[in-house]
Amino acid sequence: MPSQNDPDDRIALLQGTLDLLILKILVLGSRHGQGIARSILRQSEEAFFVDHGSLYLALQRLEDKKWISAKWGVSENNRKARFYSLTAKGRQKLLEKTNEWQRLTRAMGLILSGGPGSEEV
Amino acid sequence: MFRRRRSVDDFAEEIKSHIELEADDLESEGLSEEEARRRAKVEFGNAQTARERFYLKSRIVWFDNLLRDIKFAVRQLARKPGFACVAFLVLALGMGTSVGIFAFVDAALLEPLPYANPDRIMWVSESPGWPLSYPDFLDWQALNKSFSSLDIFTGSGYLLRTSTGAAPVNGERVSGGFFRTLGVQPILGRDFNPGEDRPGGPNVTLLSYGAWVHRFGAERGVVGRTVDLDNQPYTIIGVLPQSFTFALSGNAEFWVPINRLSRHEHSRTFYTGFGIGRLRDGVTVQSAQSEIRAISQRLQRQYAITGRDLKAGVAPFSEVVVGDVRPILLTLLSAAGLLLLITCVNVSSLVLVRAESRRREIAVRSALGATPARLVRQFVTEGLVLAVFGGGAGILVAAALMRLLARLVPKDMAAGMPFLGSVGLNAHTAGFAAAVALLAALLLAVTPMLRLSFQQVRAGLSDGDRGAASRLWSRLGANLVVFELAVAVMLLAGAGLLGRSFYRLLHVPLGFDASHIATAEVAVPGSIYATSEEITELYREVVRRATSLPGVESAGLTSRLPVQCDCNTDGIRIVGRPYHGEHNEVDERHISANYLPALKAALIRGRFFTEADDASRPGVAVINQTLARKYFPGQDPIGQSIANDEGGRPSVWQIVGVVNDVREGPLDADITPTEYFPLNQIGEHSFTLVVRTSQEASALLPELVSTLHQINSNLGVSNESTVIEKIDTTEAAVLHRFSAWLVGGFAAMALILGVVGLYGVISYSVGQRTREIGVRMALGAERGSIYSLVIRQAVWLTLAGLSIGLLCSLGTSMLMRSLLFGVQAWDAATFVCVSVLLGLASLSASFLPARRAASVNPVEALRAE
Repeated sequence: MPSQNDPDDRIALLQGTLDLLILKILVLGSRHGQGIARSILRQSEEAFFVDHGSLYLALQRLEDKKWISAKWGVSENNRKARFYSLTAKGRQKLLEKTNEWQRLTRAMGLILSGGPGSEEV
Repeated sequence: MFRRRRSVDDFAEEIKSHIELEADDLESEGLSEEEARRRAKVEFGNAQTARERFYLKSRIVWFDNLLRDIKFAVRQLARKPGFACVAFLVLALGMGTSVGIFAFVDAALLEPLPYANPDRIMWVSESPGWPLSYPDFLDWQALNKSFSSLDIFTGSGYLLRTSTGAAPVNGERVSGGFFRTLGVQPILGRDFNPGEDRPGGPNVTLLSYGAWVHRFGAERGVVGRTVDLDNQPYTIIGVLPQSFTFALSGNAEFWVPINRLSRHEHSRTFYTGFGIGRLRDGVTVQSAQSEIRAISQRLQRQYAITGRDLKAGVAPFSEVVVGDVRPILLTLLSAAGLLLLITCVNVSSLVLVRAESRRREIAVRSALGATPARLVRQFVTEGLVLAVFGGGAGILVAAALMRLLARLVPKDMAAGMPFLGSVGLNAHTAGFAAAVALLAALLLAVTPMLRLSFQQVRAGLSDGDRGAASRLWSRLGANLVVFELAVAVMLLAGAGLLGRSFYRLLHVPLGFDASHIATAEVAVPGSIYATSEEITELYREVVRRATSLPGVESAGLTSRLPVQCDCNTDGIRIVGRPYHGEHNEVDERHISANYLPALKAALIRGRFFTEADDASRPGVAVINQTLARKYFPGQDPIGQSIANDEGGRPSVWQIVGVVNDVREGPLDADITPTEYFPLNQIGEHSFTLVVRTSQEASALLPELVSTLHQINSNLGVSNESTVIEKIDTTEAAVLHRFSAWLVGGFAAMALILGVVGLYGVISYSVGQRTREIGVRMALGAERGSIYSLVIRQAVWLTLAGLSIGLLCSLGTSMLMRSLLFGVQAWDAATFVCVSVLLGLASLSASFLPARRAASVNPVEALRAE
């Protein structure tokens, strides 16, 4: 079966989170664009569907910032593909962004699940 | 910005590979190959869109947009030809003026002089501006330790024998190391050999490049030939390079070593030439000056030299060459800078008024998805297009201006400004022009962006914006206009003061009637007219033949024309009074009997000279009133005697007459005491003929020259001219005329620009307030009160600009005090005139928009919303 949820269950990606996701995927090793898209879809239990236009723009952007580097190579099933991998700078940024994201989600969590508002629920 | 990026093809390749990889995955998940391929494509979304989005990010689009922006900007300008013409014209004038003036500043103040290490070359004088005596020079040369070499030069004139007769030529006598000190080598032949400048040395000469080309046809075989100067054979030993100029000798053609001294030149108090020294490494100007000063004072004590208070001077040579023009050039450059500022401000104000009408266009483009960055780029491009076209036209204006300005400088003076030759369009001026254009482009781009701040784009769509922003612009525009008017006031006040100075200068009392006088300088070969009888007979012959020409009323001879310079001075003492060696300096002129009557100078007491006052009789003198007042206060000078001590030969002259002051020195100098001696009693071999005619003086000149050549073809005749022209081309007249016209030109442009700016702001404000005016009229306001409403605003702006401008011009006129003559820097009449002029101009500028406001139809104004 093709693995795909009903499109309505998908969550639109927050601005800027795509970069973080790409970096996180690449920390496991170099991937090509389609592989990255698949990984995001899989690892988010198919909640995140990446718009491919945005994905490639994001890849280009990260490459311009020298957070990732790219070179043409051959995939496991013998197709020519452009492989992306993390640079040292990218690794550094991944740590920072992850940290930032965790503080954000913790703060969001505190507000949404506790505080004065919760007593009325 | 220009980092290499991926090609579009490379990106397309990647998308293709993505779709293939996805199809592979889908296939492995169990779909048929065809279905997998279809799904992969659908999944990816529109591949074309992705490619487009990538394309938009790449630099190709940046370049495409630039081209499109330029095309659009040109189209926009073409749609409003009136705006475009005014903007280009104004920009071309403003930029052209500043580039043209900068070319002069660059040539005069920034380009080094054409010598080796020119900043180490010093000007050495007996006292600042006072030449050096030859014996002093020899001692200074031997004693000083500051200069690696020290040399002297002194101007000279010769009669050159040519195939057509004698031609007077300029020469320069220099000490032997002169060219080595300057670091100049002959392009042909050799420099002076050591010893050639010792007494009794050979007659050798170096040719200037100009003399080599014009007199000897640029022949290489000229070295070794002899020329006849003053009936003496001189051997040509070399030719100087074309680049060699020496400001202070003007156009000297023959350079000769000083190896024969005149009787005077042996005297330690006969100040003959200026010194040129090359400073040793590590020696400063100050230490050289104090060393030379110490040597000079020791010598003065040793030889008991008294008189003039002499303080030896050492100054950088470049200061001496450009010293006079530096304040003028800097004044001009600041005027050009101000004009450029006004120009930019004005054009940006025009751009703004236009941007105002484009608010809707901008809003629509923004709503259709143009990013702010994209809109900004559009404005920058439009500014660039304006500035580039304006700058291009400005270069043409600059080229024309350079030619015009260079022609305003009389030939005699141009010879003393060697830098004029290097004025032109070169790398420096081109760089300056580019910088100016860039600056203008920036200003032109930034102004509309300030106005159209992009937050209010949505408000712009509704086209009814009466928000804070337009009030802000009104205030900004008003400030700009106040600034422009203030600058115009400053320039007008400057032009007024300079114009008045020039008028005063031309109307300074001369003490004689300068109109209808023709003159020519005559050089007499000493070999033909050797005895005093022969030369006296020549004087009489010249005057007689000149007087008999048709239309001539009278003629006379003088050693030097009036209103030229306080040169040829003499130190006198009064016979019968105790003399303690004080230096009583007076101008000394040698004149024929009928010279002062021919000038129509007024006799105050006693008599003028007669033909009987010749070499066989005791010396007589006529003095001017200033001399009489200074040295014979409350006494009758007639019958008293003055003595001079020239070259160790005292001579006594009895005063026979007092003449009303004839201005011998420059127009802007005080009258100097002057003594006149009879030419017949001196017997000089050069003189200036002065002829008063009842007709146009210049028409007489050819006849005058041919008459002189009829007397003897060996007479050297030069510089034939009229006295009026001679006065007009003196340095004082030229400098004052030059600066008055130039600043006047600037001021006129600034006034026009300022008034245009005022018109723009008032029009803009009337346009903004149409509704308010409609309401006022609907509520019963009279048309008169609408007029006053608008004009009141103009009056406030004008008053503000005027008062700021007047305050500032007090400061600037103090700065250019050295250019003023007979006018105070705070001359009230000038300031009142400037104020009235500006007031009238502003009123007329605000009248048009006021009339438009008063003719507003209230019904339509209110319905317009």
